[in-house]
Amino acid sequence: MTDTLTTLTAKDFTSNQEPKWCAGCGDHAVLQQLKSAMADLGLKTEEVVVVSGIGCSSRLPYYVATYGVHGIHGRALPVASGLKAARPELNVWVATGDGDALSIGGNHYIHTIRRNPDLNVILLNNEIYGLTKGQYSPTSKIGQRTVTSPNGLIDHPINTIALTLGAGGTFVARVTDRDGKFMREIFKRGAEHRGTSLIEIYQNCPIFNDNAFSAFTDRERKADTTLYVEHGQPLVFGKESDKGIRLDGFKPVKVDLNDSSVSKNDLWIHDEGDFNKANILSRFFDDPNASEDFLPRPFGIFYVEDRFTYEDALTAQVEKAQENGEGTLEALLAGNSTWTIK
Amino acid sequence: MTDTKTTKRQVNVTSKTSVTVLFAGDSGDGMQLTGTQFANTVAVYGSDLNTFPNFPSEIRAPAGTISGVSGFQMQFGSTAVYTPGAKFDVLIAMNAAALKSNIDKLHHGGIIITDTDGFDAKNLKLSGYGEGNSPLEDGSLQDYTLFEIPVVSLTRAALADTGLSVKNIDRCKNMFILGILYWLYSLPIDTTVKTLQTKFKNKADIADANIKAVQAGYNFGDETDMFAQFGRFEVGPAEMKKGTYRRVTGNEAAAIGLAAASKKAGLKLFLGSYPITPATEILQALANMKKWGVKTFQAEDEIAGVLSSIGASYGGALAATSTSGPGLALKSEALGLAVIMEVPLVVINVQRGGPSTGLPTKPEQSDLFIAMYGRHGDAPVPVIAAYSPVDCFYAAYEAAKIAVEHMTPVICLTDGYLAFSSEPMLIPSPDSLAEVKPVFAKPRNEGDAPYLPYKRDQRGVREWAIPGTKGLEHRIGGLEKANETGNVSHDPLNHQLMTDLRMEKVASIADCIPLQTIDNGPEKGDLLVLGWGSTYGAIKIAVNRAIEAGHSVAHAHLRYLNPFPKNLGEILRNYKKVLIPENNCGQLLLMIRDQFLIDPVAFNKVEGLPFNEMEIEAKITDIVKEL
Repeated sequence: MTDTLTTLTAKDFTSNQEPKWCAGCGDHAVLQQLKSAMADLGLKTEEVVVVSGIGCSSRLPYYVATYGVHGIHGRALPVASGLKAARPELNVWVATGDGDALSIGGNHYIHTIRRNPDLNVILLNNEIYGLTKGQYSPTSKIGQRTVTSPNGLIDHPINTIALTLGAGGTFVARVTDRDGKFMREIFKRGAEHRGTSLIEIYQNCPIFNDNAFSAFTDRERKADTTLYVEHGQPLVFGKESDKGIRLDGFKPVKVDLNDSSVSKNDLWIHDEGDFNKANILSRFFDDPNASEDFLPRPFGIFYVEDRFTYEDALTAQVEKAQENGEGTLEALLAGNSTWTIK
Repeated sequence: MTDTKTTKRQVNVTSKTSVTVLFAGDSGDGMQLTGTQFANTVAVYGSDLNTFPNFPSEIRAPAGTISGVSGFQMQFGSTAVYTPGAKFDVLIAMNAAALKSNIDKLHHGGIIITDTDGFDAKNLKLSGYGEGNSPLEDGSLQDYTLFEIPVVSLTRAALADTGLSVKNIDRCKNMFILGILYWLYSLPIDTTVKTLQTKFKNKADIADANIKAVQAGYNFGDETDMFAQFGRFEVGPAEMKKGTYRRVTGNEAAAIGLAAASKKAGLKLFLGSYPITPATEILQALANMKKWGVKTFQAEDEIAGVLSSIGASYGGALAATSTSGPGLALKSEALGLAVIMEVPLVVINVQRGGPSTGLPTKPEQSDLFIAMYGRHGDAPVPVIAAYSPVDCFYAAYEAAKIAVEHMTPVICLTDGYLAFSSEPMLIPSPDSLAEVKPVFAKPRNEGDAPYLPYKRDQRGVREWAIPGTKGLEHRIGGLEKANETGNVSHDPLNHQLMTDLRMEKVASIADCIPLQTIDNGPEKGDLLVLGWGSTYGAIKIAVNRAIEAGHSVAHAHLRYLNPFPKNLGEILRNYKKVLIPENNCGQLLLMIRDQFLIDPVAFNKVEGLPFNEMEIEAKITDIVKEL
C-alpha cells in the first residue's frame, strides 16, 4: 500500500458551514490564519480536533473541516485534556475566549496550563461578553462602562500572560487579530511546541467593544505603543526603530536610541527561555490611553519551556506497567488473593 | 500449625448458623485490620460473610473519645449471609468509649470481650463514663457474658523476649484479641499467619511478634478457666457455589467491573474523576490498573472530571467518572452535553446522606431523583442500581455495556453501604460475561456519500465516529443539531424531532434489558415488597421470615430504574399491596406511582443507616394484618 502525499490548502480546512460572526469581527481573520497554519503544518483533516467552550469565538470549530467539539461554557480545556490523554496522537486545538477561559473556566485554565498537555490554545480576548451582548469580562478595563457596569468597571482585570506564566505555562504568546501572517507563524510555532501553547489574541469586537485595542493596532500609534519581541533580538520599537528597553536591575526602562549616551548594545535582548525576563515582560501592561509614560505592550512569544507533557507521562506509566505484557481479563477478575470452594 | 479441633482441655463446642461480631476500638487500635483478618479467615474456611466498617469521618479524632471509635462489623454463617447483621452477638471493646458507643446494639445476653487496660481512669473520663464509674464494676453489664482481659499486659508478657520496643509490642494487642476470637470460633490461625508473613516480609521481627501475639491470644483462650468453662463455638462452612472466590468491597467491584467491560469491548478505559467520599476508592483502584491499559485523570474538580471523560469518549475510549451526590450535582450540565452529543459515558454515583455535604460517610438512597431528573431540558439518562457489594461489579459492567451499545451516558447508583461493605465474590470466567459491542463508523473515501453523524439504526442509536478516521470529520456539541447531519439547527420542528428521538432512544433500551423477576415468594399474592439498591439484604431476610410465618409476601428488586423493565406494571398488579422501603423520602415510590398509577405503601428511613431486617419485617407484618 502506498501513501500518497497530498498537501492540503486552507480551503480543505474550510467546512460547509457559513461563519455566523458579525461583519468586521476579528474572529474571521483568526479563522483564516488558523486554517492556513493547519495547511502549512501539513496536517490531515482527520487527525485534527478543534475543541471549544461557549461564546462567539467558541463557534470556531463548526467552521473548520476537521473533527470538532463545541462543549459547554468555560470547559473546553477539560474536554480537550481528556481527549488528548486518551488519544495522544491527535492534533488538538482549543478555541476559547476571555470569559470562557478566564472567568467561568478559570479553574480549568490554571490546572490545564500546569499539567501541560500538548494542546494549542487560542484565546480570543475581546475584553467583553459578545454573545450575551456587552457585559464586562474579566479582561475589561477599569472604568469601562458596559451594560453591567453602568457606573464604570471596578473589577481589576486579569493579565492573561502573567497568569499563564504564573500557572506554569510552557509556551506563552500574544498577537492581535490584525497580525495576519505573524499570527499564522505564531500558530505554527505553538503547534510545533510539545506542551500547552497559549496564544492570546487581542480581538476586536466591532459591536460591543469597538476599538478596545486600537491603541495597539492604529497605523498611527502602533509603532510607539507596541513591542514585537523576537528571540535573540534587542527590544526595539518606535516608528524609526529608535526606542528601546533597557533593564536597570529588575526595572525595565524606556530609552531613546537617538540619545548619544545610549547604545543599542545596552538593550535587553529577548530570550524566550528566560522565565524571569518573561515575567517582567508580562508586566508591560500599561494603558497607552491612560498616561504618557507607558511601556509598550509586548507581542510575540514571551516564553518557551521544554517540559514533559501530561499524556506522554501517562502513556509512559501505562507502558511501564505493561512491560511484561498487558494484563489479561482473567487476571483482572481474579485479583491478588483468592480461595477455592470445592 | 494450631490444631483447632482439639484443645488442651475438654470444652463444650456449640454449633451456630450465624454470628455477628463487632470489633470496636480507638481509631489507632487497628480494628479495621483485625476485622479484615478475621473476615479473610472465615472466607477461606468457607463460611459466607458480609462486612461493614464504621469509622469516624475525622482522620484523627481524639483518642479515647466516643468520636474516635472505629468499628468493623461482620456477620458470618453456614447459611447465606446478606447483611453485616443488625445486632451483634459479640462485641470486642478495646476501650471504654468503644463499649459505651456500641453496647446498645449488642443482643441481650451477648458476649463482651474487653481489654481492661482500656478502662483506666483516663479512658473512663474521655469516654464519658466518668473516672470512678467503670461499667465493668458497677453491675450494668450483668445481662451480658463479660470477659475482662488485660490485653496490653498479656501482650507485653508474651512478647517480652522479642527485643521490640514497648510501643511496637503494644501495637500487637489487636492480634492477641484476634487469637482469642479464633479460639472462640474454632478457626485456624494460619490464614492470618500467612498474611502477616507477606505483609511484613521485610520486617521479620514485626511479623514474628504479630504471629506470636495471635498464637498467645489463641493459647490464652485455650488455657484459661474463664473460656474453658464457657466453651467454644463453631460456624460451619456455608453451601457456597463451587469455584474460586475473592473478597471485594462495592467500590473495588465497581472498578473491576468497568475495567472488565473495557477489556471485553476491546476499548481502553478512561476515568476522569475527583476524590469524594464515599466514591474515592474507585478512582484509587483504577489508578492501579494501568497494567490493563486503564488511564485515570484526577481532575481539578468534579466538572473537569466528567468533561475529560466526555473528551475521551469522543476519542473512542470507554469513559467513566466516579462521584457522590454533591459531585453528581456539579456534573449535571456536562451530563446534558453527553446526552445531546450522544456519546457513551458511565457515571458511578456512590450515594451518601444529603443534601449538601450532608453525611459524607453515611449511606442513603436519595440521589435517585437527581439521577433521573437532575438536568435542565428534556435530558433522559438510563439509570441502574447495584444491590450488593459483588453486584457493584455486574452493575458497573452493565452500565458500560448500555452506554457503549446505546451511545448514551448511564448513571449507575451504588451507595456508601455497598461501597465499604465486603463479601465473597465468585470469580466469573471471562466467557461468562456478556459481550460489549461498540459500533464504530467506518472510514470513507472521496466520492462516498457525506458522513451523517446523527443517522440512527432501528434502535435509534447513532454510530461512534472517532477522530483519526478518514472521511468522518464532523463537528458536534451542545447546540441543537439538525437531524442526521448534526449541523447547528434552531428549527422548531427539528428540535421537537431531536428531543423525541433522544427520549425514544432511551425508552427503547427496555427492549434490550431482561424482564423483571420475583426474587422470592409467590408470583401473585397479598404483598409485594419492591426494593432497589442496598436494601436488598434486609428485604430478602424480612420477606423470607414473613413467608416462613405463612404470609403471602414476595420480593422484587429493581436493577433497571430507567427505563423500567417492560413487565413491571404487570407484576405490580399481581399483588393487593406494594411496599417500597427506601433510604430516602419516597423517590422510587413517586416514580412508580407516576408511571403505573398505583398507590404503594411507603417505608422510608434517612438516619444515615441501612434498614435492618427487623424493621422491614415489622412493617410487613403490620401491612398483612390489615389485608
